Amino acid sequence: MKIRAQIGMVLNLDKCIGCHTCSVTCKNVWTNREGVEYAWFNNVETKPGIGYPKEWENQKKWNGGWVRGKNGKIRPKAGAKWRILANIFANPDLPEIDDYYEPFDFDYEHLQTAPESQAMPTARPRSLISGERMEKIEWGPNWEEILGGEFAKRSKDINFEGVEKEIYGQFENTFMMYLPRLCEHCLNPSCVASCPSGAIYKREDDGIVLIDQEKCRGWRMCVSGCPYKKIYYNWSSGKSEKCVFCYPRIEAGHPTVCSETCVGRIRYLGVVLYDADRIEEAASSTDEKDLYEAQLKIFLDPNDPKVIEQARKDGISDAWLEAAKRSPVYKMAMEWKVAFPLHPEYRTLPMVWYIPPLSPIQSAAEAGKIGMDGAMPDVRSMRIPVRYLANLLTAGNEKPVVHALERMLAMRAYMRAKTVDGVIDEAVAKRVGMSGQMIEDMYQVMAIANYEDRFVIPTSHREVSEDAYDVRGSCGFSFGNGCSGGTSSNDLFSAKRTRTVHTPTDIFKERA
Amino acid sequence: MELYFHNFVFGIYPYIALSVLIIGSVIRYDREPYTWRSGSSQLLRRRQLMWGSVLFHVGVLAIFAGHVVGLLTPIAIFEWLGIPHEAKQIVAVVLGGVAGIMAIVGASLLIHRRFFDARVRAASNISDNLIIVLLWLQLALGLGSILVSLNHLDGSEMVRFMAWAQAIFTFDLNAASYVEGTHWIFELHILLGLTIFVLFPFTRLVHMLSVPVRYMWRPGYQVVRAKERRAANLHIPAE
Repeated sequence: MKIRAQIGMVLNLDKCIGCHTCSVTCKNVWTNREGVEYAWFNNVETKPGIGYPKEWENQKKWNGGWVRGKNGKIRPKAGAKWRILANIFANPDLPEIDDYYEPFDFDYEHLQTAPESQAMPTARPRSLISGERMEKIEWGPNWEEILGGEFAKRSKDINFEGVEKEIYGQFENTFMMYLPRLCEHCLNPSCVASCPSGAIYKREDDGIVLIDQEKCRGWRMCVSGCPYKKIYYNWSSGKSEKCVFCYPRIEAGHPTVCSETCVGRIRYLGVVLYDADRIEEAASSTDEKDLYEAQLKIFLDPNDPKVIEQARKDGISDAWLEAAKRSPVYKMAMEWKVAFPLHPEYRTLPMVWYIPPLSPIQSAAEAGKIGMDGAMPDVRSMRIPVRYLANLLTAGNEKPVVHALERMLAMRAYMRAKTVDGVIDEAVAKRVGMSGQMIEDMYQVMAIANYEDRFVIPTSHREVSEDAYDVRGSCGFSFGNGCSGGTSSNDLFSAKRTRTVHTPTDIFKERA
Repeated sequence: MELYFHNFVFGIYPYIALSVLIIGSVIRYDREPYTWRSGSSQLLRRRQLMWGSVLFHVGVLAIFAGHVVGLLTPIAIFEWLGIPHEAKQIVAVVLGGVAGIMAIVGASLLIHRRFFDARVRAASNISDNLIIVLLWLQLALGLGSILVSLNHLDGSEMVRFMAWAQAIFTFDLNAASYVEGTHWIFELHILLGLTIFVLFPFTRLVHMLSVPVRYMWRPGYQVVRAKERRAANLHIPAE
């Protein structure tokens, strides 16, 4: 047993209101630069829909993730190592920028400078890549917002597999949910596996997956290798970039920007302990439907004295072990089993977990037919088909999803009985395999969701690995060496110089 | 005066070119690792790249291997193996011709794409534009030299260039004299080739030094980096 710790995330989709605050704050911090205008380390999709980039979930098209070979071993879906190298000159699985969207801006200045005319002046779009006029914007980062576009197009969503999707094209039956997405910081990342340079790595101490920008050569195999399409090729720097899980904040014990700014308080961050020796075994499960359960098995109980002893031997500090005991991720994903990994069938063992959304009862006209299970409505009569959620979260295995939804409904029933009727209804709790106390804990974490319950992040003690004296007065994030980039626009090696500091005098100089 | 330039181009310039190539690449690798990249534009435009890039790279790699083996294998080894110069010349013409055509077709596609596709053009810098044009010219000169070679299939001309290339690497001060009076197309081909060596560290060509063959032998699929644990109080400012 080799115990490692990871900071995981849970998103409670039941509370997501689709406001995109996470995406916007993330973009403002990380991807508001040339080359990654089109990249959203965090984006929010409306489901059902084909998403961003188009049809990212369709691995028949993009060949991302892993497959299990006949010999029981897993390999990247794009092929063994020699196959990946053979495609290095031209990667057949690489999305084109139009699969995301061509980034654009508007000629706002024209609104101020246009001469007097009969018609109102307009700000027309312009490509941020070529700088040329775009007559019509055909696609954007969130084109399907709140079921925008025709159902025929959105219904290509492969999560409809096994669902009679035609019914859901009708207005009366339609359903939707939001799906905020970011890098999954997988235990078995296929981007790492497909990087020929070995530039992508998983950090042993907190599990964050990063790209070494100095080692990346732009072979772009990670972009297609990641089944979530959460690695973006920076067309300006020629390097791939991805969500960094706001590691400078995590190291200091702060939540990621997306989590911190989430107005619905749907995001949770916490430590989970897992057995690194069992990653391959879990990822190689024969049946895809077992992958969710297999992944759950490699997580370790942070209260088990044996686990604590071994974890100490493996170099995990006491502060982290303490945080693991209070981890909201462990509680929701492993203890209460209400949070699920996104598309476990990709065999990447993702570490961003999702609580499925409850939804209204299918149709008022059909109210008579609704199955009532005692005081609780049958989750199968909800508007969002269970099969759809199962395709998204458990490789099509409906049982765990039903179980989670029932627990969430039980929480409501229990708390309603408690606060409205003043009755403690242990029977409701028992029916879903919980106790009243567990439900109250669940309520505290999931419904009240106080800041300190959502984010239990131990600091990473950089001082043990880095000499802080060396980094005094340094410029934090920079591209290339040193803080000063010189004054010419391109350096000797034809890379664009990045100015990180813009002083007021610079602006005066530019105007002059 | 002509000899003056001849001696410079074939006797001195090769050393300058190789020095710039090596020193420049080392400095860039050490000081500017963030700029070390293949510079792919596939994301921006897939069309013409799939065929263009594959043809170009496969062709150029074959030509490169041909030049290294063909020029730098000591002449004595060919004689010892009993390979006549005529045979080697014909092999070089045929294989070089096929690979050269593949490469120039690929390069033509890539040039067209680079200069006529709005997105790729906007994302290109001067060095990207310059190097693909120079490589195209170099391929054209190389293919042109095949036509000249057809006039002397006995391989005698080729042996002179082998002697010259080997003389450069054995520090033979008479290197330039071995290729006096050769056809201008060969001379231009060499001059441009050496110039590409000079430009090498300043362009995207450096990506060929990072061919990821190590990937094949990398153990397993995963890469995990552990936090280094330094000794406490590594640096005591008061001292």
